[in-house]
Amino acid sequence: MYTQAMDLAPKEERKSVQSADDAQREAHFEARIAAGDFIEAKDWMPEHYRKTLVRQISQHAHSEIVGMLPEGNWITRAPTLKRKAILLAKVQDEGGHGLYLYAAAETLGTSRDQMTAALLSGKAKYSSIFNYPTLSWADVGVIGWLVDGAAIMNQVPLTRCSFAPYARAMVRVCREESFHQRQGFESLLTMMQQGTEAQRAMVQDAVDRWWWPSLMMFGPPDAESPNSAQSMRWGIKRISNDELRQKFVDACVDQARVLGVTLPDPDLKWNAERGAHDIGAIDWAEFWRVVGGDGPCNRERLAARNQAWDDGAWVRDAAMAHARKRAMKEQAA
Amino acid sequence: MNASNQGPGAGTTAEWPLWEVFVRAKAGLDHKHCGSLHAPDPKAAIQLARDVYTRRQEGTSVWVVRSDQIVASDPADKAMYFDPMEDKVYRHPTFYELPESVNHM
Repeated sequence: MYTQAMDLAPKEERKSVQSADDAQREAHFEARIAAGDFIEAKDWMPEHYRKTLVRQISQHAHSEIVGMLPEGNWITRAPTLKRKAILLAKVQDEGGHGLYLYAAAETLGTSRDQMTAALLSGKAKYSSIFNYPTLSWADVGVIGWLVDGAAIMNQVPLTRCSFAPYARAMVRVCREESFHQRQGFESLLTMMQQGTEAQRAMVQDAVDRWWWPSLMMFGPPDAESPNSAQSMRWGIKRISNDELRQKFVDACVDQARVLGVTLPDPDLKWNAERGAHDIGAIDWAEFWRVVGGDGPCNRERLAARNQAWDDGAWVRDAAMAHARKRAMKEQAA
Repeated sequence: MNASNQGPGAGTTAEWPLWEVFVRAKAGLDHKHCGSLHAPDPKAAIQLARDVYTRRQEGTSVWVVRSDQIVASDPADKAMYFDPMEDKVYRHPTFYELPESVNHM
C-alpha cells in the first residue's frame, strides 16, 4: 500500500535485555493493546512500536505528497473547467493528507525536517505506484478508480489503528478519499459511454497499464512480509496484504463490467469454491525493482520534490524573518 | 538561521513552529482540537489552518495556539489524577433510586 516498503525493512530483533521497569511497562502496554485500547502520543510505548509507526506514518505521508505529482501533471491540460476544478481539489486534498500524516508522525518525536530530509535523500520510501507515468487524460480517471480505490481498501482498517493520532488522521483522510474514487470512475464512465472510439481505447489502455501496479500497492504476499505479524499483533495493521488485495480484485471485477473495460489478466476468473476471484501471477520482480528505485519515474519524482524544496527555501526563510521582525517590533512597542 | 540553505534537515532552526488547530464546526458547538500544522506566525497559522482543515466547510471559526504554549497533564499521572473519581458514584444522578412516579427528575 502507501506503506508497502515497510516490508523492505529487515525483520527486527527485539532487545533481549530490558529493565524490570520496562518489562512491567511493556506488559501493561501489551495488555492495553489486547483490550483494544488506543495508545496516545505521550503514553509509554516500546521503542520498536514507536520506530515502526514513525516509519509507517512517514512513508504514508511521503506517498501522499509524491502522489500529487502524477496527477498534477494534468492540471493544466484537463479537458474542461469542471474537470480542472475537480482535479485541483483532489490534488489539494492529497497535500492535505500528507500534512495530517506528517503531524501524526511528529507526535512520536520526529521532526518535519527530519522526515523531509529522509524523503529528499531517497532514504525514505513512498508507494511504488507513484513511480509510473501519467501518459493520457484517462490515467487521471484510472488513478481515481484503481489507485484511490486500492488506497481506500487499505486506509479504512487503519482508522482502527492502535496509535490514536494515526487513526484520527485516517478518519479524516477516508472521509475525503471517497470523492477521489468516485470522480475517477465517473470520468471514465463518461468517456466510455459518451466518448468516441479513440477515447474508449484510451481508457482501456490506461486500465491495461495501471491494473498490475495497483495490485502491487498492497505489498508483497503475506508469506514474504516479514514485519506484518508484529504489526498485526500491535494493532497497527488490521488486515493482511493478500486479504486486502483479494477484496480489491473482487470489487473491481464488477466495476470494470459497469465501465465496459477488460482487466488485463487472462487468468482472472471466479472461483466458486473460494467464493472469490483467482488472478494470474503478479510480477514481483517488477515490484521490487520499482520499490528499490528503478521504476519508470523514480528519478523524476525525487528530482521534482528536491527542486520544490530548494525553490521554496527563500519563501520559508522570508516568512520566518518577517515573523521575527514583527515580534521584535511588538516587543519594542 | 538559514539551515534550509544547507540542504534538507541540515538544522531544525529553519523549521516553522508547530501550532495546534481548534475548529468550531458551527455556532453553538465548542471549538474542537482537530490537528496541528507548521506556520511562521499567528496570521499565517490561521490562514493555513483554514486551507488544511476546513476545505469542506468543516468550520465557522478557527483557533490556533503554539504547541509549546500548551500545558498538559502527565500521562504517567493518569491513574493518580483521574481514577479516584471512579468510586464517587454518588456524583452521578443514576446513583439515586427514586420511586417510579418521580424518577424523571
